[in-house]
Amino acid sequence: MTRSLDRTEISLMAGLPVLIALGFVLPEWIVNYIQVSLGTGLVALGVMIQMRAGLVSFGQGLYFCIGGYAAGLAGKFAGISDIFLLLALGIVASVAVSFVLGFLLRRYREIFYAMLSLAVSMILFGLLSSIEELGSTDGFNLPAATYFGWAPQDETAKYALYIATCIPTILCAFLLNRYLRSPTGFIGEAIRENELRVEYLGTSAHRAVHIKYVLAATVSGIGGVLWALALGHVDPEMTNWTTSGQFVFIAILSGTGNIVAPLFGTFILEIVRVYAVEVSPNTWQMILGIVMLLTIIFLPKGLWSLIRKSTTVNTQRQKTSEVRPGGE
Amino acid sequence: MRISPRTTKSVKTIIRKGISLSAVAIAGSLGLAVMASPTMAEEEKTVKVGFVTFLSGGAAGPFGVPARNAAELMIQSINAGAVPAPYNSAGFAGAKIDPIFVDENSKQKVADYQKLVQKDEVDMIVGYISSGSCKAIAPAAEEAKKLTILFDCGTPQIFEEIVTDPKYTFRTGGHATMDNVAAARYLEASGVKSDSIAGINQNYAWGQDSWRDFSASMKVIEEGTEIATEQFPKIYSGQYGSEISALLTKKPDVVHSSFWGGDMEAFILQGAARGIFDRSKVVLTTGETAMHRLGAQMPDGTIIGARGPHGDLAPDSELNDWFRKAYFDRFGTLPTYPSYKMAQAILGMKAAADKAGSADQEAVIGALKGLEWEGPSGMVSMALSNGHQAIQDTAYGTYKYDKDSGKAMLVDIKRFNATCVNPPAGVTSIEWIEGGFQGANCN
Repeated sequence: MTRSLDRTEISLMAGLPVLIALGFVLPEWIVNYIQVSLGTGLVALGVMIQMRAGLVSFGQGLYFCIGGYAAGLAGKFAGISDIFLLLALGIVASVAVSFVLGFLLRRYREIFYAMLSLAVSMILFGLLSSIEELGSTDGFNLPAATYFGWAPQDETAKYALYIATCIPTILCAFLLNRYLRSPTGFIGEAIRENELRVEYLGTSAHRAVHIKYVLAATVSGIGGVLWALALGHVDPEMTNWTTSGQFVFIAILSGTGNIVAPLFGTFILEIVRVYAVEVSPNTWQMILGIVMLLTIIFLPKGLWSLIRKSTTVNTQRQKTSEVRPGGE
Repeated sequence: MRISPRTTKSVKTIIRKGISLSAVAIAGSLGLAVMASPTMAEEEKTVKVGFVTFLSGGAAGPFGVPARNAAELMIQSINAGAVPAPYNSAGFAGAKIDPIFVDENSKQKVADYQKLVQKDEVDMIVGYISSGSCKAIAPAAEEAKKLTILFDCGTPQIFEEIVTDPKYTFRTGGHATMDNVAAARYLEASGVKSDSIAGINQNYAWGQDSWRDFSASMKVIEEGTEIATEQFPKIYSGQYGSEISALLTKKPDVVHSSFWGGDMEAFILQGAARGIFDRSKVVLTTGETAMHRLGAQMPDGTIIGARGPHGDLAPDSELNDWFRKAYFDRFGTLPTYPSYKMAQAILGMKAAADKAGSADQEAVIGALKGLEWEGPSGMVSMALSNGHQAIQDTAYGTYKYDKDSGKAMLVDIKRFNATCVNPPAGVTSIEWIEGGFQGANCN
């Protein structure tokens, strides 16, 4: 819509140096969790932008895994450890697969979309689990990341990878925010409300869903590469339905209101989990479950509604009425 | 026009927000309280140990929880100095063990590991059942420079490929090669006809590796052995009708399975009903974990392993008798092999700390390297990978259910030297098997 920066984009730009600074200020173990949360948060972001169009992907782990394995395979067989090259490979692989699969998936909605995306991700899971050369379910390890030939050691390597994780994540969030505010992005919401009308207005809903699907796959692939580099290990669990289910859960709990919500929500849930394990190692799932239940009961719009002030709600409402003048 | 529910319910929402915020605050303060407690008054010397096993998920019941139980028992007994000699001194060289238990069932294994090291400031970490976990953790342990003892995971890759020059990572359990080589040797030693063999293993790393090692060993030991069929059903599938049919129609002499947990029990129940145990000799490499639970449902004559000389295969010793009794008294069941392996790891650390006279990391590492110690299942020796990988004797037995006493037991137990079933230092497992077990000492 507008070319000017909106509040989210300004806060994202302001947030980047803060995020990087936190890496030096906070204790290392928290930074580790921030780093892995950024990786998985990107996938939740992919799930979230699909939710905007009323599409729930129960197989987003597919692209998380494709990204991770693209980086892993390049490291294992081609000896590539340059993070920029690995990211590029992850993107290429995700885009290629999602572009082809998109022709199939764009025709389905609701539960059929969810089930089909789940099915495709489980095919990859089954495939990877039976390939012994790739370590089967045990997976395999990745090399340490390098940066245009620079191979930092120990502490420097940690900070370098952290910064190299923050920048693409924020960049993805920034661009996706732009996308959601663009006409193609808004079509998503129109599809959720009334797909037939979208078609009558002269736009292809299939095309819009396809674009969305590829974009979601791309950020998920990037998330996969970053997460795999942080962990140093990939295994087929990345594309298992439990992993994909978690992304959906995070997206629901964080809320679809803002692009930052899934990134933030992932980290919050991660920290809740860590403390739940610490408080009660044998029944931590119960604590996590209660927190999730409370969130759904008291914050039906997700954790983000705690942060979003009522003023933003007002401006948002004004905006939507601008976009859809003469609604029902 | 729709009216936003928000405007009408705004008051309600504020109240709700208040409630949820206070819930968050309570949860937060709980967390803080827990954080604060370890820093309070540390008068006596303690050694903080992180224990990571499966406390939830499919592997918790058969492996994770028995291992945790054994850890609890051993920690309490060692702190009280109640373990039989030579472990009857209290603590690790006098330092009391202060445990932290963590669930291995987590997607962020490495971040969880680093949290244990940095936030909880543990002195050492014992854990990891899944080979996938071990692969990810071993390099992280070397990087964090923290003594880490892998007590159970089976993949030989850890020191063969991933961390070839370990300094901080140790493994106190034998790797999976031993189980399958010994299974093949048991068949040979018992004179079981094995012209054709078949396998039913789960289609994931553990099942694939187990079958690869077993079938390769059989080909070397019994010349001309044919593979009748290899079945790889999905893990946790629970229904093995078609696989059992395939095994029945091919009529193999021997059926090998590395199934564990519920899958193994399902296979035993379904297979026994259809006569597979009568038609073929069935080898269950982890069968020991189920034998006491299944009792009469496990067919007599099944060949059973315990991934080492653990459980019912353990040799008689004062330590073993004590361990079985103490475990039974406390938990109401007999310890299975994951319990033995955990006890073995903890006693190894104690032996190392006592030998060095200190529970400091460097001292324990120095003493643990190449150490020999007695566990509840016999002598363990850190002989491989520059003193970081344990080997131990192993054993297999044949199942027999005593109807009169209602007790499950193992007969015809055969023991194999550590050097008979483990590759020598510097040779990878599969090379060693295919090369005809060069240097094996089986006397």
